[in-house]
Amino acid sequence: MHVVRKLEVMRRIRLKIAILVMIASTGPVWAGDGDGAGVRNCTWCHGTSGQGYMVAPRLAGQRPQYIESQIRSFHERTRDNPFSKQYMWGAVAALGPNAAHDLAIYFAAIAPKPANDGDRNLAARGRTIYLEGIPEANIVSCYACHGPNAEGVREIPRLGGLAYFYLKGRLEQWGQGYHSGPGSPMPMVASHLGPDEIEALASYLSFVR
Amino acid sequence: MLAVIFPAAGHAQDRAMAARQGGLEAKLEYCKTCHGLSGQGYMGYFPMPRLAGQQPEYLEAQLRAFIERRRTNPIMFNVAHVLNPSMMAALAAHFRDLNPRPFGGAPRGSLAIGKKIYEEGLPDSNVPACSACHGTEGKGQNEIPRLAGQLYAYTVGQLTGWRKERGQGTAVDTSAIMAPTAHNLTRSQIEAVAAYVSYLQ
Repeated sequence: MHVVRKLEVMRRIRLKIAILVMIASTGPVWAGDGDGAGVRNCTWCHGTSGQGYMVAPRLAGQRPQYIESQIRSFHERTRDNPFSKQYMWGAVAALGPNAAHDLAIYFAAIAPKPANDGDRNLAARGRTIYLEGIPEANIVSCYACHGPNAEGVREIPRLGGLAYFYLKGRLEQWGQGYHSGPGSPMPMVASHLGPDEIEALASYLSFVR
Repeated sequence: MLAVIFPAAGHAQDRAMAARQGGLEAKLEYCKTCHGLSGQGYMGYFPMPRLAGQQPEYLEAQLRAFIERRRTNPIMFNVAHVLNPSMMAALAAHFRDLNPRPFGGAPRGSLAIGKKIYEEGLPDSNVPACSACHGTEGKGQNEIPRLAGQLYAYTVGQLTGWRKERGQGTAVDTSAIMAPTAHNLTRSQIEAVAAYVSYLQ
């Protein structure tokens, strides 16, 4: 390769590395032990900066106590839907409570981006169900537990901005008899939801910032 | 129970339809989704109060207060306005008979102060003894609510926000009795007494 051409390539690579470093440094700093391998193991599936990818839900901005509780429920195998069994039971096998805590804090501190992938035409109906429930049909208000802006609290997850297919899938699975952690009211909540209501809720929530 | 109300119920789909249409069992499950499987209360984004062992007159009076907007609570307005009086009475009777352990979790640092306020009041601040109306065991009577085992966060929230939530509008409302007492308690006194009653069985 010609020397000038080679220098040009080197310059471009350095520029790219510099940009990558800058992008990386805008995120929270990994404070856990080791070299951040734990974070990389999560982001392979949950997306770089934890914004979620395909079936793997967004972790960014999630309630840290919820993330920890779910890691526990994968360990104890109480969260038993197919993807949990297939991926997460194994993925958390080597994670101790301290590492789980550090990962939860790390992902919770990243600003979440809404997926915006639901059906816009259903969002208004979804919002009404979210806030009011449908008392005549014994469907409870989501707002009472998940908060006015679907932000969650403590071990109750943030729902705002999660991906439509993830939200829809979880609501369907509870109705089909899959479990989450012990003591969750969600199987009872979801057993009253019909397919139209699930689509409306998942659509609305995907747009919530 | 459902089979009596809906003789055709038998297949899962029919049962689901029955659950959506109503019936006492379905409505109880609806209440317990938020207020706990044994009516022991639940901490959602908002604290959902314990209903177990509650005085039926109190529960029915509060459901009417939500409907008539004397008590401000958007969620409970929606819940209550679809209930007819006989359903309210049946729900209240069911919760009266439940007796789960208290929810727990309240700070324990001021329990002795809370007990003293509960049993003796604060004469210098015009706070009567809570026990005078709510009973020494906190079980309440008629329209006076049971406080025993109530969620700490719920009691603190009610006592600090009494005038903003209760007795709204111009209609006569029994919650007026508590207004001066709630007003005369400081935040730390409220926390002490709320913690004390939360552990009463």
